[in-house]
Amino acid sequence: MKILVPVKRVVDYNVRIQVKSDNSGVNLDGVKMSVNPFDEIAVEEALRIKERGEAEEVIAVTIGDSAAQEQLRTVLAMGCDRAILVEAPSDLEPLAVAKTLKALVEKEDAQLVIAGKQAIDDDSGQVAQMLAALLSCAQATFASKIELAGDSAKVTREVDAGLETIEVDLPAVVSADLRLNEPRYVKLPDIMKAKRKPIDTLSLAELGVDGTNQLTVSNWSAPSAREPGIKVEDVAGLVGKLKEKGLL
Amino acid sequence: MAKVLVIGEQADGKLNDAIAKVVNCAQAIGEVDVAIFAKGGDGVAAEAAKISGVNKVLLVENDVNEHALAASLAPQIVALAAEYTHILGSSSTVGRDVMPRVAALLDVAQVTDIMSVEGEYSFKRPVYAGNAIVNVDVPNDKKLVGTVRVASFKAADQGGSAAVESVNVDAEIPTHTRFVSTETSGGDRPDLQSAKVVVSGGRGVGSEENFAVIYSLADKLGAGVGASRAAVDSGFAPSDLQVGQTGKIIAPELYFAVGISGAIQHLAGIKDAGTIVAINKDADAPIFEVADIGLVGDLFSVLPELEAALG
Amino acid sequence: MTEERDVMEYDVVIVGAGPAGLATAIKLKQLSPDTSVCVLEKASMVGAHSVAGAAIEPGPLDELFPDWRDNPPPVCVDVSKDEFFFMTAKRSIKFPLNPPQMNNHGNYIVSLGAMCAWLGEKAEALEVEIYPGFAAVEALFDDQGAVMGVRVGDMGIDKDGKQKSGYTPGIDIHAKLTILSEGCRGSLSKQLIKHFELDSACDPQTYGIGFKELWQLPQGRVTPGLVQHMFGWPLDNMTYGGASVYHLDNDRVSIVFVVGLDYQDPNLMPFECFQQFKHHPMFEGFFEGGEIVSAGARAINEGGFQSMPKLEMPGAIMVGDAAGMLNMPKLKGIHTAMNSGILAATHYAENKSGEGYHQAFLASSTAKELHAVRNVRPGFRHGMLMGLINAGFETVTGGRTPWTLANHADHSELQKLASYVPPNREYVERTLAPRDRLASQYLAATEHDEDQPVHLKVADTTICSTQCLEEYNNPCTRFCPVGVYEMVEDEEQGGLRLQINASNCVHCKTCDIKDPYQIITWVPPEGGSGPNYQNL
Repeated sequence: MKILVPVKRVVDYNVRIQVKSDNSGVNLDGVKMSVNPFDEIAVEEALRIKERGEAEEVIAVTIGDSAAQEQLRTVLAMGCDRAILVEAPSDLEPLAVAKTLKALVEKEDAQLVIAGKQAIDDDSGQVAQMLAALLSCAQATFASKIELAGDSAKVTREVDAGLETIEVDLPAVVSADLRLNEPRYVKLPDIMKAKRKPIDTLSLAELGVDGTNQLTVSNWSAPSAREPGIKVEDVAGLVGKLKEKGLL
Repeated sequence: MAKVLVIGEQADGKLNDAIAKVVNCAQAIGEVDVAIFAKGGDGVAAEAAKISGVNKVLLVENDVNEHALAASLAPQIVALAAEYTHILGSSSTVGRDVMPRVAALLDVAQVTDIMSVEGEYSFKRPVYAGNAIVNVDVPNDKKLVGTVRVASFKAADQGGSAAVESVNVDAEIPTHTRFVSTETSGGDRPDLQSAKVVVSGGRGVGSEENFAVIYSLADKLGAGVGASRAAVDSGFAPSDLQVGQTGKIIAPELYFAVGISGAIQHLAGIKDAGTIVAINKDADAPIFEVADIGLVGDLFSVLPELEAALG
Repeated sequence: MTEERDVMEYDVVIVGAGPAGLATAIKLKQLSPDTSVCVLEKASMVGAHSVAGAAIEPGPLDELFPDWRDNPPPVCVDVSKDEFFFMTAKRSIKFPLNPPQMNNHGNYIVSLGAMCAWLGEKAEALEVEIYPGFAAVEALFDDQGAVMGVRVGDMGIDKDGKQKSGYTPGIDIHAKLTILSEGCRGSLSKQLIKHFELDSACDPQTYGIGFKELWQLPQGRVTPGLVQHMFGWPLDNMTYGGASVYHLDNDRVSIVFVVGLDYQDPNLMPFECFQQFKHHPMFEGFFEGGEIVSAGARAINEGGFQSMPKLEMPGAIMVGDAAGMLNMPKLKGIHTAMNSGILAATHYAENKSGEGYHQAFLASSTAKELHAVRNVRPGFRHGMLMGLINAGFETVTGGRTPWTLANHADHSELQKLASYVPPNREYVERTLAPRDRLASQYLAATEHDEDQPVHLKVADTTICSTQCLEEYNNPCTRFCPVGVYEMVEDEEQGGLRLQINASNCVHCKTCDIKDPYQIITWVPPEGGSGPNYQNL
């Protein structure tokens, strides 16, 4: 079985996001870029499945500009067997990303796709579900546990009410939540070895995908800051205000 | 005119509170119908019918709808979509699970986390974990599929009396996805991340033993418990309670910051909270610059008094 | 228990991807492409821990890449004008003539962080292997006692020292030559200077703490290329230091403030001095409405020539500020650091060893440059006026004075509370960001896994709550730029106890330097931890 793991190059989660003064986007000048943290969890899960002997190959794919090779090298150092870079605009929207992945799943005949539940830059959280729809296969989003059993998998999902367990037939698309696992530390010798692992480069055209975005994103702004509220003198005042706001 | 279909969500025979907020958002776009997918959904449909401004409730009965599985729901939603220009779900885990599947089946893009409606096909949404807000414009010749960030909308009023219409949908329900079980969050105290009310203690609480006053108030309020990093570092509370930049980022409706100075690192974890109440003896503490309601006082007298006042 | 560690072998291992280390690596590969070179960097990316003014002399860049101006580093502005001011609390007095060392004609304002990232890419293109996120934690010695490489820190140890589930032991890197380019007060350099007694023939090193903020201002306020230097208020006559304001392009300005760590006032808070400075009437309306992009702090070496330890030891050498190569009157150390690296690379390429590097350095133009200005900084020990007169004299004579003024260890200069009479600092009420040290720390985007051993080792914390409290009122709680050290109520024993907020640390090393009892030791935390500076 092959597992396909899509990874995205994103602004590192430690970077403080600053909106450009001309409202055209956020300032990416000199900021650290990383593998999307949820994707890193997805990679870790795929590697653990392979290490348990339940998969033969873990293939990482990124869709974006060539700078994203850096992130592919990171996941190759974690242990992915090979990687694919699909050259595309880095703001390609989820539907087109899902179409690209569909083409790759079919090309590679992957039985399982594990993706991060969302990318921490655009926070769309759509790709896994869209990919499953396009493949007409099962989806298990927000996974905190994956147990494979032959042609199916039992997945525990983090839902608002608690935990939900579902069973899905393969092929399936699973999206990783925070508690699925803790990704491994990359070892220094593995970084060196990763430099020799293959990265195939493909274009959207080669995969027959139309890379036109449907949505127009504009007018970036910083969220409005919280303003100081009121001060109350005593507990009675506090309770009164809370009741007034319908919070008690 | 725009016609909006809101996807109702139910669990155990109750309509999700979030739906009234989605309806509120949808009303800013056009005429609103609500679809309920259920097994034995009369009660839920009646609840939805009471939301003010709902034009019609569509009730889709099917045994597979006992549990909200995206793979089963999506084709049913698509089957209803023909008459609508917009299809909106909530930002709950159900909405986030199913709506992108619907969008892909309709071959349209999705707008996630709508926080305001700027026009029928124009919205604002947060990106970068709410650190930036963008405008998203959608082509008006396609159906719009979106999820609504429920924290950004008030619930629509009650008092409506929409007609409930049972409908049959012509949809092929796949068998590749099966429900197994649900396990609700354990314990009496709600999970910090999903609690509607959270009480957090900081360095001012003083010790692990003193943290009992925090737990006590939380239990009185049915609230989750959090802690500032200073409190965790000092060993007053376990690290999984830590709220802030390096801990959990939470958005409860009501947040009590007790004995917390309000360093920006902590504020980064609560910037989306609904109402922030600060209780601190230091009137100059930065927490008062962001708190909606501030009370300067000694937490050890304020908290018991507050508990008593809550009855 | 000894466990098997993976070993990787290189010809040269370089500790620290700052300007000195990267210049060394690049020059080595240019001269000797077959030499295998590994660079370890504790920051999560190259440049993320680098902070400097900085107006640089382009000499070493010209030597490494003669056509670098065709493809310059991301932040690079020609210096167009220098200004020099003396500040009182109310006034700023502009000098009609600038001190000759302060002439920046032909220099460039850069972001050191961005320049290091740019140098890192160039080094990698020459097949230098750079590993950001990996900290060298100790030196390895061979049977003869020579340095044979370094050990990389373990990952996945919890705060009690136990192995977590993802525990990954650090590997050993063996190399024919280990080059320490850790910058000021490097932890490995400190160990090895002591081990090989490299400082037995030199004065103690002296330091300053430098703060930097990069501001994005409303349109039209900055004058790209303008460099302004200030001294005086808010520092008193006996406290050395000053500020530099570098006007960049795109409405950005970087502001740097340095306080000599030989300050005497136990209650001085260098961070407060910096924040006060921005409120001088000279800047009225300048910062308002602007936004801080990034903020950082770092100790810098000020000791100069007479404080420089021997640069070589068996199996290893030091380059750049690991040894202390700042030209204090010029306020520049990047070109000297890079030059020392280029020299080290040249020496290794010719000799395949570090032996003789110290002599080669002494014969270099960099050593001559540092020798010529050696007496300027120590001249300020007796106050600003004496310092300026001495500096003028040293400048006129070109440093050909027959004497060398001595440096004194910074930690011994602090006066006790009982005997120190603080001056009137004429502080004003502050309104500009950041509100406090934690707000500033937030702008450094520091990150440490909180479940790891505290990397600030305090040998005896009872001193903190007894002797130090009484004698100095715990100066660590003030000299730390990000509030790592706090004295909090001790619930069990009563009184106060030291609380170390290690995850705030921005790796500036000030505590390791200024602590009056010398009981604080800074060791590297898990690789990849620490600040994530953006264009500092």
